[in-house]
Amino acid sequence: MQEELKARAKELLTDGTVVRVLGWRKGDTDFSAEPAFFENGEGLDEFTYDGFCGANLSKYMIAASKLEGKTLVFLKPCDTYSFNQLVKEHRVDREKAYIIGVGCDGKLDIEKIRSAGCKGITAVKEEGETLQVETVYGDKTIAREDAILERCKACKGGKHVAYDELFEGCDEEKPAKEGRFELVSKLEAMDPKERFAFWQGELSRCIRCNACRNVCPACSCIKCVFDNDRYDTAQKANTTSFEEQMFHIIRAFHVAGRCTDCGECSRVCPQHIPLHLLNRKFIKDIDEFYGEYQAGEDIDSRAPLTNFTTDDVEPSIVRERG
Amino acid sequence: MQRIGVFVCHCGTNIAATVDVKKVVETISKEPGVVHAEDYQYMCSEAGQEKVIEAIKNEHLTGVVICSCSPRMHEGTFRKAVEKAGLNPYQLEIANIREQCSWIHKDIEEATEKAVILARAAIAKVMLDTPLHPGESRVVKRALVIGGGIAGIQTALDIADAGYEVDIVEKTPSIGGRMSQLDKTFPTLDCASCILTPRMGEVNAHEKITIYTYSEVEKVAGFVGDFKVDIRKKARYVDMDKCTGCGACQEKCPSKKTPSEFNRGLSNRTAIYTPFAQAVPNVPVIDTNACIHFKTGKCGICSKVCAAGAIDYNQKDEIITREYGAIVVATGFDTISLDKFDEYYYNQSKDVITSLEMERLMNAAGPTGGKVVRLSNGEHPKDIVFIQCVGSRDVTCRGKSYCSKICCMYTAKQAMLLRDHYPDVNVHVFYIDVRTPGKNFDEFYRRAVEEYNVDYIKGQVGKVSEAPNGRLLVQGSDLLDNRQIKMEADLVVLATAIEPNKDVRKIATMLTASIDNNNFLTEAHAKLRPVESPTAGVFLSGVCQGPKDIPETVAQAGAAAIKVVGLLSKDKLTTNPCTAQSNPLFCNGCSACEKVCPYGAISYQDQQVNDHGIREIRRVAVVNSALCQGCGACTVACPSGAMDLQGFSNRQILAEVDAICR
Repeated sequence: MQEELKARAKELLTDGTVVRVLGWRKGDTDFSAEPAFFENGEGLDEFTYDGFCGANLSKYMIAASKLEGKTLVFLKPCDTYSFNQLVKEHRVDREKAYIIGVGCDGKLDIEKIRSAGCKGITAVKEEGETLQVETVYGDKTIAREDAILERCKACKGGKHVAYDELFEGCDEEKPAKEGRFELVSKLEAMDPKERFAFWQGELSRCIRCNACRNVCPACSCIKCVFDNDRYDTAQKANTTSFEEQMFHIIRAFHVAGRCTDCGECSRVCPQHIPLHLLNRKFIKDIDEFYGEYQAGEDIDSRAPLTNFTTDDVEPSIVRERG
Repeated sequence: MQRIGVFVCHCGTNIAATVDVKKVVETISKEPGVVHAEDYQYMCSEAGQEKVIEAIKNEHLTGVVICSCSPRMHEGTFRKAVEKAGLNPYQLEIANIREQCSWIHKDIEEATEKAVILARAAIAKVMLDTPLHPGESRVVKRALVIGGGIAGIQTALDIADAGYEVDIVEKTPSIGGRMSQLDKTFPTLDCASCILTPRMGEVNAHEKITIYTYSEVEKVAGFVGDFKVDIRKKARYVDMDKCTGCGACQEKCPSKKTPSEFNRGLSNRTAIYTPFAQAVPNVPVIDTNACIHFKTGKCGICSKVCAAGAIDYNQKDEIITREYGAIVVATGFDTISLDKFDEYYYNQSKDVITSLEMERLMNAAGPTGGKVVRLSNGEHPKDIVFIQCVGSRDVTCRGKSYCSKICCMYTAKQAMLLRDHYPDVNVHVFYIDVRTPGKNFDEFYRRAVEEYNVDYIKGQVGKVSEAPNGRLLVQGSDLLDNRQIKMEADLVVLATAIEPNKDVRKIATMLTASIDNNNFLTEAHAKLRPVESPTAGVFLSGVCQGPKDIPETVAQAGAAAIKVVGLLSKDKLTTNPCTAQSNPLFCNGCSACEKVCPYGAISYQDQQVNDHGIREIRRVAVVNSALCQGCGACTVACPSGAMDLQGFSNRQILAEVDAICR
């Protein structure tokens, strides 16, 4: 698929439909990829699309929207939800984007491959349902299903909700995977002390690198409150219990009702904190209180938390649930 | 350098009995920035205010903290005092050490510590206060009354007589409400219709009053002095201008089997109908669920017999938008559903009726022409049992915890009238307590017992069932004689609890008026502002605020009217300067604030910003301070903290939290 995408991008650059391309290129290793802008056909030679292109490109469209001319952006199905949400919040100009919807069989998590016992990896070959992992100690075969990102385990179903053209074979919709809220339900079932201990354990590892915030498409504020010196939250050094007790919960509140559950926060966390669980708890509550809602599904509906109807759940629900 | 003065009120013993006021003064006087601290028995008194004024002048205070009761009580009082001394009235903070401290604590040490903490928070906030200046807004000289019962009618008449326009919006086809369903009224026994229908006529004829019957409030926007209300005028299918009220359509309508709402289902009505003969307006409506024309496309008899050509099957609902300065809620009540009270056999037997159904039976214009009969067979009853407190004073989840207030009196009335009309009938009343506070009320009840020999039995009924002979078997207890009673009866009348009209929740939500656990609208102050809702410009009339009889309802209706008149007589209102402001440097233009703003005060502009050298055009939020009511919804919706509320800034609130947690 990579070569066909590259060819199509070159075509669109040449005929002037777009003036730049937003895609991925190889990172430091063969089994990593990073977002990249390509200004011309030559640069596009570096373009890559494989199992490691997990990065959601929609947030980069905020910057691209401010530039002259259209940008071609490759979006995987789940990325399109983030894109829509950004359009809805007037952060991205839909007119400045030319979206090619690309297919996705679930993206890979190198950490999972490593924890499956692969050390000294030199290359990862995707072969259908299995992965051929080449290491300095010899080759290993592992099941693809065991190596996919957390978010792909709760795949929304492969539907592109925003695109200008769909890459051939990408219009197949798959049923959304179940079990998205399994862990959240487990956390809900814990008693408050147990739950606090769980989160304290996870969040105490936070080094406040801000990667989760910086990658999050919902965290698109021009001036983040955590960088605002009007409040005492602007700090970088992790010297207090702020990260452990406040930072992530504040962030989860700020993106509540806007988070599309793209899972980028957990993907980029160098400390492997399951941050997506905080967001999923909000999503689950919103679904239960206001009816099923998927942020970014469209660009004009009113989100439950910024809408008011007379059928809204009464605030006493919080008390009733204890 | 800030110079803060702190004044701690004893509130008689209200505060001083639980909070060591002297100790609060002593501790607080050591706080940085505090240059003056004193206590006084009643800070709100003239002498108390004088102390504040003097201290501002002598000590050159830049901010004032009053530790006293809730700001709802006296914030206004102290703002005026502070202003008199030349300080901006918004450089004042109230620490509520009464409702939020002394009243809810018993331990003096703990309460004193908390009072100090609350004072510290207020000091932290006052330090960040900035001078604010209120603006002005207009007053639309027209009032809206929601509900056309006796409460709404009286309120509308009183407002209109003072010279202001009033609209009444009534959901049903006619005004009149519950009172029009009643027979006689206690304690004077005048006929309800005789005293109500002239009022209905008066309202109809009043040049300042417009009645929208068969209409509902659909949407409310705006704020005190300047509400914008959408009213849905439901299609009547009868042209109000052409109809002469001759009634020919109702006579000839072949669909005659719909239970009459007005007669509580004790008789049937036609598909085209006026609820009762004295309806205002005397213009029928077509019930499309019952109308043969609407169901099959055939019939059309009403249209043929109407000499005026008033029938219009193509009429559509119409939504009109009107502006008002004030809104009065007078939505009234209904009896509760008896589905959960199977022991009284109400759903099983036609001879068990509610007291409102009894009113219809006794009424000369009612389904039986005023003859009280057993509904199962039309026979004359010999024994009638009244059961009081059906669902009232009931702490289980089936009923209502409150006393419905009117039942003791109307039960005495019905019992007395039955004994008067039918001396051969035995009347028994089961009661928990007989409550008769009110002018001439107890005398009235005693007449029922002493002159009319109504048999009052203190005790509750456990079960009503059918006796083998077809009569009803009532089983209860007599608590005074301490014995179980079994008696046969021909009719059982249930004094069913009353509850606020079901629609009140929807209306309260539209008006942002608060309601209590029982769906009664809450007053701004239970004692001092009983006819005002906490929402400015919204007033309460009648049972929507709490159970009431007719004289009380009329008195409250008049009180609500005078509050409305007081508001409408003003040409301008002072607006609250605590409005929101957006910082264009932080604003993302995401529209979250605009979506949650209930007043439509936020719009967006493309503005040139200079963000530390980056010059660009950004879409940013702009607040119209004339429309903003300072509710603060936008400030919490804003993810970046660009939106802030003057007088309640994010920094101030965090400073308060910090002071409390210190």
